[in-house]
Amino acid sequence: MKARIRITLKNGVLDPQGKAIQNALAALGISGVEDVRQGKYIEVELAETSEDRAKETVERMCKDLLANSVIENYAYELQRA
Amino acid sequence: MLRASVVVFPGSNCDRDVKVAIERVTGFPVNMVWHGDASVPASDLIVLPGGFSYGDYLRCGAMAAHSPIMRDVIAKAKAGTPVLGICNGFQVLCESGLLPGALMRNASLKFICRDVTLRVDNDKTFFTKCYRKGQVVRLPIAHAEGNYFADEETLDRLEGDGRVVFRYCDEAGEATPQANPNGAQRNIAGICDAAGRVVGLMPHPERLFELALGGADGRRMIESALLSALEAA
Repeated sequence: MKARIRITLKNGVLDPQGKAIQNALAALGISGVEDVRQGKYIEVELAETSEDRAKETVERMCKDLLANSVIENYAYELQRA
Repeated sequence: MLRASVVVFPGSNCDRDVKVAIERVTGFPVNMVWHGDASVPASDLIVLPGGFSYGDYLRCGAMAAHSPIMRDVIAKAKAGTPVLGICNGFQVLCESGLLPGALMRNASLKFICRDVTLRVDNDKTFFTKCYRKGQVVRLPIAHAEGNYFADEETLDRLEGDGRVVFRYCDEAGEATPQANPNGAQRNIAGICDAAGRVVGLMPHPERLFELALGGADGRRMIESALLSALEAA
């Protein structure tokens, strides 16, 4: 099973990289960009075949390592191979 | 007698600097501990040094916080062993949950390497008792992720409990926005745990511990640790 995990900065947490990207887009002449937030995307291949157990595992990896709950949120979807 | 241990992670690069600084100031040999070891030998204090542990992969300090040695560092810290985290070591302390908050990318997005002025806001911790509250000191910073962040509730709690140890300030000791190099919330450069035994800070005391280096304001942090350890003995 494959887990596609997205990690994003919480609302209210300043994202200077997102701001820099927004400025770069404006410099390229791409208008109408109101906000940019940068995050991380991680794919994890799991040997697990049970969706419930896979969820448990992914929750644990997100909480313990992949995301920092002080500043980040995470979301994921599972996809059967 | 002072038994100090410095943890060495792959990518640490201030580990030897802090070893030399502690040995020169205290006269006692410092023990180096590899990150893959299961335990730190009995120590009066543990230092998590600056550098780029695990290449800053995922987030600064995130991988190091889960390395084998950190299980024992966390257990020892909870049992009362003082721990000092400098720069990357501060990031590791936050990632491991020993200190609250997180160190984010500098607001300027730039790596900043220069001296800053700091105000000592807590002179009661294990590592700061040889400073005076309100004293302005000069120490170097060298980081791209030193922008301290915590939610408002946590910041209020830290301030209320006197757990902000160092703040970026101007020459007069005022914590102004202009004196804040990295965007840190409330100009916070260093904090401590409730007992004042776990201290994390972004500036590098080991880089200015004797006048030959251009300044000696970091020396008092090591003297503080020695004095604290002798008092506890």
